[in-house]
Amino acid sequence: MSFPAAARRSLADSQLRRNVGKATSTIRAKRAAVVAEVDDWEALRDAGAAIKARAMATLPEQLERLEASVTRAGGVVHWARDGAEANRIVAGIARAHGAREVIKVKSIATDEIGLNDALAEQGIEAIETDLAELIIQLAHESSSHILVPAIHKNRAEIRALFERTIAQGQHLGWEASAIAEAARRHLREKFLTVGVAISGANFGIAETGTVCVVESEGNGRMCTTLPDVLVTVMGIEKILPEWRDLEVFLQLLPRSSTGERMNPYTSLWTGVREGDGPREFHLILLDNGRTDVLADEVGRQALHCIRCSACLNVCPVYSRTGGHAYESVYPGPIGAILTPQLRGLDQAPTLPWASSLCGACYEVCPVKIDIPSVLVHLRGRVVREQKKRSDPEALAMAAVGKVFSSRRRYEAAQRLVKLGRGPLGHLGGPLSGWTAMRELPDVPDQTFREWWRERRA
Amino acid sequence: VLRADARQLGLRRAGRRAGRAFGRVFADHETVVSPSASCVAYLREHGAERVFELTEFLVDELGVEDVGASFPHRVAYHPTCHSLRLLKLGDRPLRLLRAVQGIDLVEIDEARECCGFGGTFAVKNADTSMAMLSDKLRHVLDTRAEVCTAADNSCLMHIGGALRRQRAGVRAVHLAEILAARE
Repeated sequence: MSFPAAARRSLADSQLRRNVGKATSTIRAKRAAVVAEVDDWEALRDAGAAIKARAMATLPEQLERLEASVTRAGGVVHWARDGAEANRIVAGIARAHGAREVIKVKSIATDEIGLNDALAEQGIEAIETDLAELIIQLAHESSSHILVPAIHKNRAEIRALFERTIAQGQHLGWEASAIAEAARRHLREKFLTVGVAISGANFGIAETGTVCVVESEGNGRMCTTLPDVLVTVMGIEKILPEWRDLEVFLQLLPRSSTGERMNPYTSLWTGVREGDGPREFHLILLDNGRTDVLADEVGRQALHCIRCSACLNVCPVYSRTGGHAYESVYPGPIGAILTPQLRGLDQAPTLPWASSLCGACYEVCPVKIDIPSVLVHLRGRVVREQKKRSDPEALAMAAVGKVFSSRRRYEAAQRLVKLGRGPLGHLGGPLSGWTAMRELPDVPDQTFREWWRERRA
Repeated sequence: VLRADARQLGLRRAGRRAGRAFGRVFADHETVVSPSASCVAYLREHGAERVFELTEFLVDELGVEDVGASFPHRVAYHPTCHSLRLLKLGDRPLRLLRAVQGIDLVEIDEARECCGFGGTFAVKNADTSMAMLSDKLRHVLDTRAEVCTAADNSCLMHIGGALRRQRAGVRAVHLAEILAARE
């Protein structure tokens, strides 16, 4: 479905509008307050952008460093060209341990490659342990926000869902803590009995082979420490060259994402260690279109993203349509530049237009991704690579271009408009969207040029 | 305007043609002043020099804040995205407005949020644009202003068109018209 059509469907859902609007404005205010506390915020953003640029410019070298250091620490590194290859590797590891169930810490990369469905085909059930991920899994829905996947649901909807599924026959009441308790009871049992866990990665450090996951609930920490086997699926762009680089990102990320000075749980692990944590650790390095993105000089900055979701929360489009309108695990402004590049422009050709180019996303991005410029760049690529020259939009713009580039033609057009003025209430065709809610401007008696000449005479 | 719209549609050729025409028309002029922040931002991004947005020109180049205008009305100022984030006009428009005699200047809630115009966005994503516009109108109407003003005619055409359709009793007036008023 095109973005305008999907957005139209979401915009008609008044409960969703209320839920997403309320949640985004709350996080927006929290972020603004904690960012304002940091005197060197702009310098931190510059540092974040510089580290990411360096990591991407030296990606092959950094990935080999990461492989060597993870291997040295007792982990096993796998390379996956695409989603299917990564899914096969994960399923193979799970099968080798006879697992019928695996537990998962929230991971967008595994959503991107459809890991849960791929495991289900092999008879392995993937259980999401992040509260919001669990909610949408139980509701058979998809994530609508990078950080808060169930942002489109309110408390009453979640309570009803739990009472239908994991807390059947119970009355959970209105207290958020009681509703969360139902999820906790359900998950604790899984943490203690399931032997294989799957995680994503916020950062992978080439220097030390350390993987980092940042979260709020502690459920991720359970996944990365309790089961015997831990499998991490990491997009290759998540690499940081040096350990000290974390200093910058652990300041940028929590303030930008949840509006917290520090996130509650930061898990770091390096390979395996006797008597502590998982006994087997696998790191799957996932490409799935990322090296193609790297080939586009303007578009490649999308790979700098640290998935904080600040751009979603400030976006006037996202905060009204919600995430499902983007039909991707990456919604919002970052999704509008990442999805078409990862999947191919022909798979999401309307997303680069899903923005008024207001610039709010660029203003908050902790690694200074110039999203509006990338959007404009991708629009150009869609037109050049996907559209014919006879496209009505191109023809119309070419015609207007002719009129605007000659004084004679421009003034003739102005006279024509003046002749034709009148009660033009509703336009047809592609312009009907304008007059659905707005009047057309009046044509003045005198054009600016006429007034100017008269004044000088 | 065309140049920016063509480019944001991804049509570089039409944009280049308009750009050449701009160069021809203004070749003999030392300074170009435009009452459109969005157009100026676009031209400047593409290397145009000595092109100023009106409030920049008045405040920075001429050093004027009180232009001798009088406009005895309740006015809500909408800081458009491109005046705010691309040109970084800051409080220049407000300094000029505050000096206008008789004006009752009021602030709009969520003022920094986009009104939903976005050039062709308003027709290509008409439903989303209207959802954004509805919220902007609500904030404008909440101020009980008689006039909504801005430094961009395009956003004003969008906001003003909806105010007129609703018979809301608020008119959209460009900042330049207020500065020229002697009521």
